[in-house]
Amino acid sequence: MDVIFHLLIMSGIYIILALSLNLVLGYAGLFSVGHGAFYGIGAYTGAILVTRFSFPFWGELLAAACIAGFFGFVIGFPTLRLRGDYLALATFGFAVIIYSTFVNWIELTRGPLGIRGIPEVQFLSIQFKSLWSYTILVGFFVLITIFSLRRITHSAFGKVLEAIREDDLAAMAIGKNIAKFKVLAFIIGAFFAGIAGVLYAHYVTFIDPSSFVLQESFLIFSMVIFGGMGSIRGSIVGAAILVILPEALRFLGLPSEIAANLRQLIYGALIVFIINWRPEGLLGKSKDIKIEGPISLESKVNAN
Amino acid sequence: MVDVLEVKSLGKSFGGLKAVNDFSFRVEPQTVTAIIGPNGAGKTTVFNLLTGFLRPTSGHIWYGKTLLNGLSPFRIAQLKIARTFQIIRTFPGLTVLDNVVLGCLNSKGENIFGALLRTKGVRREEEASREKAVRLLELVGLSKYKDQYAINLGYGQQKLVEVARALATDAELLLLDEPMAGLSADMSIVMVNLIRNVQKSGKTILFIEHNMQVVMDISDWIFVLSYGQEIARGTSAEVQNNDRVIEAYLGRR
Repeated sequence: MDVIFHLLIMSGIYIILALSLNLVLGYAGLFSVGHGAFYGIGAYTGAILVTRFSFPFWGELLAAACIAGFFGFVIGFPTLRLRGDYLALATFGFAVIIYSTFVNWIELTRGPLGIRGIPEVQFLSIQFKSLWSYTILVGFFVLITIFSLRRITHSAFGKVLEAIREDDLAAMAIGKNIAKFKVLAFIIGAFFAGIAGVLYAHYVTFIDPSSFVLQESFLIFSMVIFGGMGSIRGSIVGAAILVILPEALRFLGLPSEIAANLRQLIYGALIVFIINWRPEGLLGKSKDIKIEGPISLESKVNAN
Repeated sequence: MVDVLEVKSLGKSFGGLKAVNDFSFRVEPQTVTAIIGPNGAGKTTVFNLLTGFLRPTSGHIWYGKTLLNGLSPFRIAQLKIARTFQIIRTFPGLTVLDNVVLGCLNSKGENIFGALLRTKGVRREEEASREKAVRLLELVGLSKYKDQYAINLGYGQQKLVEVARALATDAELLLLDEPMAGLSADMSIVMVNLIRNVQKSGKTILFIEHNMQVVMDISDWIFVLSYGQEIARGTSAEVQNNDRVIEAYLGRR
């Protein structure tokens, strides 16, 4: 039973991460491969605030999300002019910097020793101590994230992000301040990743830099690609599958050292498979809609 | 209220190449003005300078009392100057309706808090934008395809989507870069009628075109560029009989 709660909690955390990256990558079309950095920033901020300054949960959560959001601005603003692979490289570099900061800024993060003794969440005199209660807490934040991102992507704001993905020059030509929208997409994405970080830190009660290595960023990236860029349901399903599938391997009775390596292999194989078989992702929408008959002026004239 | 576009000795150099050289012109409100000239004459460069996609090396661009020099493209668009592109730039993966809705200024829904709260004002604005977009699609004759992805439309239809999108911005001045290029004969008629209707509705049009028949038919005023320099200006009759124009297009006798 505990395993199921564990999987639900981890799926929930990764769903928040995949959804938040999807706004940047799937909707705005910004090739950000360093999303794990915001996750780490959220986790560390939360852990430091709660262990050293005994912040209440909500204060800590909000502060961590805002600081992660601020770093979203820090990476979003200078990279405004970068596109495609150049932006991917810049965000990759950012993730490397953040990771080495976790390792080397010993005074703040305790470096490789990590931060231990992160207490369980206490809020409104409820102790989220048991696994099932924590599952409910994570589920609550998953719902908030889904609700917010649905609102955002269905709004005029979200449409502008899609316009930027489709053709940023044309978006400019119809009066959209694309710089503002791109930076905001980064900030919002980082904000929610920060929330996921705090939830993770309280769940595992111990964080160290190894939880926020670059593979973490790639994993979130894979979830979005696998589920389908620009699809909210896709990110949810993609995250859940990529969290649960490797755990399912345990039941095959493989030795743990093989199972761990097999994980990476499976992610890789899944991505290769999906890119070839369904480039738009599991639930992404295909742009080639079947149309009845050719669209042409002739057919229109005939129809009238 | 439609403003005059007044350009004074506009110049743009790319390294040693003077793409546009000392070009001055005026576009009177509610007229159709054409810029013509052989390939490489600098016509599209002029458009890019007017709309902020390029910065002029010299000269001034006035729209009414506003100096456009150095403004970014989105600011210029917000001053009610819209453009289309020589090579179509619709949003291919968005529906035709969304393409045009995006042209509308959705000030409330484009605000992140407006998007999150989705107040009555935001919903009303959304509804108004959608209605406006449908109306514009009816005007260009594409309302039937409003739920199709733009990429699934034909080339000419996408050009019409672009014009509808530009009109959705409530632009008073429309810059059309080769609106006729690549259109079939019947599509051309649709486009010409559209341009005429837009002019009748009180807007100003400046366009680049190689289809001389259309240029001569619909333009009130024509400027001829060659190697970045203005070589002639006038009504269609004046330009047609200008020796320098004939030389630029056909060579010296």
